[in-house]
Order: sequence, then structure tokens, then C-alpha cells
Amino acid sequence: MIQLTEHTIETERLLERVRNRAAGAVVLFLGTTREVTAGRQTVSLHYEAYREMAEKHLAELEADARRRWALLECEIIHRLGEVPPAEASVAIAVSSPHRAEAFAAGQWLIDSLKRDVPIWKREQWADGNREWVHPGLAEAPTPSCNVDEAVGEITSER
Amino acid sequence: MKVRVQLFAAAKELLGQDSVTVEVREPATLGDVRVAVEAAAPALARTIAHSLWALGAQYATEETPVTGECEVALIPPVSGG
Repeated sequence: MIQLTEHTIETERLLERVRNRAAGAVVLFLGTTREVTAGRQTVSLHYEAYREMAEKHLAELEADARRRWALLECEIIHRLGEVPPAEASVAIAVSSPHRAEAFAAGQWLIDSLKRDVPIWKREQWADGNREWVHPGLAEAPTPSCNVDEAVGEITSER
Repeated sequence: MKVRVQLFAAAKELLGQDSVTVEVREPATLGDVRVAVEAAAPALARTIAHSLWALGAQYATEETPVTGECEVALIPPVSGG
């Protein structure tokens, strides 16, 4: 099952849902808000999704994982809105008869989610600045930056 | 025809609105929509150069045909997790 939620992810309840008598292994991955990134302090992360597409994509990831590995249960939850330090923004829980499948599926699911699913985070820094995280797209150009400069930057990055 | 393009994250913040509507001549592709959005909102040019497009809530290439009823979205580099 997949879910997007504005609320705290309840990991105990999540683990209850993936427990299974046929399982020999349960793997739980939590992605949590890190307080310090490259020396800068984060107050919180804010997450936004293209809901309809993200839900569709997460359901496809679950279906793919179930095809690739012998999973008994598979749950993916992503939180939206504000997520303070140490709290989970994403939880992936899988159960399988043996641990290798559960570890492999969990790793593949979080890697695929981070690469493809239309969800974005915005850093709220302690110095008061806020910025969206868009890998590969460095700092937004200042308003005075003209189009030619912008095109030049893009060309040089590629 | 008019095509409404949904915006997210930095793209939404740059324009201060969650969508931009552009006029394109039929038959049109996603590439035509991109050109029209770049003309209507030059501030997005740099973001667009790094973004993907979605049609009907799925990633699509610029060759994909677009009709006025299509749900089109600009998908800047994702950072979930």
C-alpha cells in the first residue's frame, strides 16, 4: 500500500501492517530530516508533491518491487508539509521470507522514489533563508540576470 | 487552443502561481507547449531547461501530442525522500 500524508508517520502501526507469519524478515527504512547539511542548520523541511502523479508512481513502484522480489507485504508512506529535524519524511517497510529480498527491495524502492517520484523538498535554514532542492539546478538566477547569461550557464553545466 | 500547465516547487514560487496557461496552434506537441511557456514566462527558462514534462500524470517526451483537455505539468528535478 502507498500513502501520502500530512501527518506524523506512525512507524509502530506501519510495522504491524507488514508483519506476516510467513515472513522471516521485516526491513523498515526511514528517511529523516537531517539538522545540519554542509555546515548549514536546517529548521525544517517542507515537502510538496504533484499528488496525482506521485500516488500513481508510488503504486507502480510497489507493483514493480512485488514482481521483482518475493515480498509478503510492502508499504510506502511519504509525508508532505513541514517535517522537523529527526522526524521521518518517508517510510518504506517490506517483509519477505528471507532477509536478502527485504533489504534489496527496500534499497531499490527508496532509490527509485528519490530518482523519479514528483515530490520536492524546501529547506528552511536557520539563517532565515528558504530554498527548494532541485538537484542539478543550482541557485536560481537573480532578477537582474538576463536570458543570455542564463542560457550560458545551462550550456556550461551540460 | 489553450493549454494549462501545472507548476510545482521553485517553478511555482518563481511565478507566484501554481499554473500558467498558454495558447498553442493545433496540432501541438509538448515541445510546442514548452516554447509557448518559455515565451510567456521567461523567468522559467532556466528551470525548464532542467525539467521533465508530464502529460496525464505521466512523464512524457517533447514529441508527445497535446490536446486542450490534457493535464500538463512541468516537473523540475525531484527531491523527495
